[in-house]
Amino acid sequence: MSQAKEYRIFETEVWLPYRVAYGETWTRFFEGMKEQKLYGTQCRKCGRVLVPARSFCPRCFVDTSDWVEVSQTGNLQAFCYTNYRYYGQALDPPYVTALIRLDRTEVDFVHLIGGIDLTSVEAVSSRLAKGMRLHAVWEKVRQGHILDIKHFEPVE
Amino acid sequence: MRRVAITEVAQISGPDSKDNFYDQAYRVTREVLDKAGLSRDEVGTIVSASTDVFHGGISCANAYYWESTGSFMKAGTRQDGESMFALHYAFMKILTGKYDTVLVVGLCKGSENPDNDAITQLIADPFYQRPVGLNETTAAAMQMHQYMEAYGATAEQCATVVEKNLGNALRNPYAHRRGCYSTEEVLASGSMCHPLTDLMCAPKSEGFIAMLLAAEDKAREITPQPVWIKGYGCALDTYFLGDRDLLAGQLPNAARRAYKMAGITDPAKEIDLVELCEPYAFQELLWCEQLGLCGRGEGGKLIASGKTRIDGDLPVNPSGGVLATNPYVSRGLQRVVEATLQIRGHAGEHQVRQQVNTAVCHGSTGFAGQCHAVAVIGR
Repeated sequence: MSQAKEYRIFETEVWLPYRVAYGETWTRFFEGMKEQKLYGTQCRKCGRVLVPARSFCPRCFVDTSDWVEVSQTGNLQAFCYTNYRYYGQALDPPYVTALIRLDRTEVDFVHLIGGIDLTSVEAVSSRLAKGMRLHAVWEKVRQGHILDIKHFEPVE
Repeated sequence: MRRVAITEVAQISGPDSKDNFYDQAYRVTREVLDKAGLSRDEVGTIVSASTDVFHGGISCANAYYWESTGSFMKAGTRQDGESMFALHYAFMKILTGKYDTVLVVGLCKGSENPDNDAITQLIADPFYQRPVGLNETTAAAMQMHQYMEAYGATAEQCATVVEKNLGNALRNPYAHRRGCYSTEEVLASGSMCHPLTDLMCAPKSEGFIAMLLAAEDKAREITPQPVWIKGYGCALDTYFLGDRDLLAGQLPNAARRAYKMAGITDPAKEIDLVELCEPYAFQELLWCEQLGLCGRGEGGKLIASGKTRIDGDLPVNPSGGVLATNPYVSRGLQRVVEATLQIRGHAGEHQVRQQVNTAVCHGSTGFAGQCHAVAVIGR
């Protein structure tokens, strides 16, 4: 954005604050995170356990029925190593974002992988493989936020 | 059902321009109307596509550019996001019988925008996905991971898409990024978001795209070479990335709907040319599979065969595709313009060698292709 152009440019930005309602289901999910628990909901039609919890099943379009506490351990499905910067980035690179299938759930949980050497893609790739076991590592002080889980780490 | 044709097309496209958005929207609209020989008053209505705040930092909906697109006093509408949907809405407006001509425009000025990822991270919800780094590139990187693992597709095969498309773009004056790259250079171009390399990710480009659709009788008055819209289909997957099967997706459904309407039963044989939306190189391989141009998991083999090269039997992205030119919102409509030029034999230096009777155009947006639109057009 800031590179010189051969023509006249006007530098401007749009900054807008939002206040977004959690809703009943996600409030309960994040209250659970404060207690170091992960909750999903089960679809009464297809039986899938959805995590994070959902008030309805996106595929069957019916209300979910039961709340279930889900495992904090699962299998790595896919990951991506990010080591570059962009405007408004949520996290300081480097970091690894991953899809993790928690045990006895039917969807992937999106979170970070840590507790490993993140200094290079080679270091990360040599440590991670599809299907490997990962478990949640929690922050000591929890605020009811997705980053109350610091990251997932390989199960030793 | 009425037949609907693409009568004239115009584009202003490339890396950047000293002109402002307001004027560029006017220039491209003026050009398409001049080509059609119609005045603004003679156009039935307009459908535009843009994402003004995200990709312009100006205006709400179409307020800013309304007069630039000749729409003052008209009952026009606007699509937020992928411009192939604007084509769909314009097509339907003619099918109703109420309009004989509809102008379709897609507008995006990438040179003014923040990085693609700064914008696409806003597609992620603020509760679960945005705080852990999800954006269009990280989602695509995970999809690429799964694609390579599931089918044994190699990084070299993915890099070949870049080598082919940026090479094709050397012949396209409207392309943003072009060059003669070896697969080795593509693989060594820096690791932005592993396993993607820098050259495997599309840039942010300018694309002001306009076309005039018309019902059959009117179309024949405007042009001796009407290009017919023969089929259209779209499909959207659910929102949360972790809920989705990133290798199955909704493109097969979008394609099935478009092919059914166009009467296509064997796409690999009946389609002469494809312009598809591949902001990340490997997606061209996956989308080719899902468009039915080869079997599942055979995208790597397809590109290795040379069939999809500009001089092959089934050219894919002879324009250079989205890897060469990525006006985020108008990239789908640009595929339709490029396919139209190929069908007419007007593509200039990047004209394919065989006659194109039937072409498939594809637009996609969202994480790992959450949303797909497919159009079949032809003589």
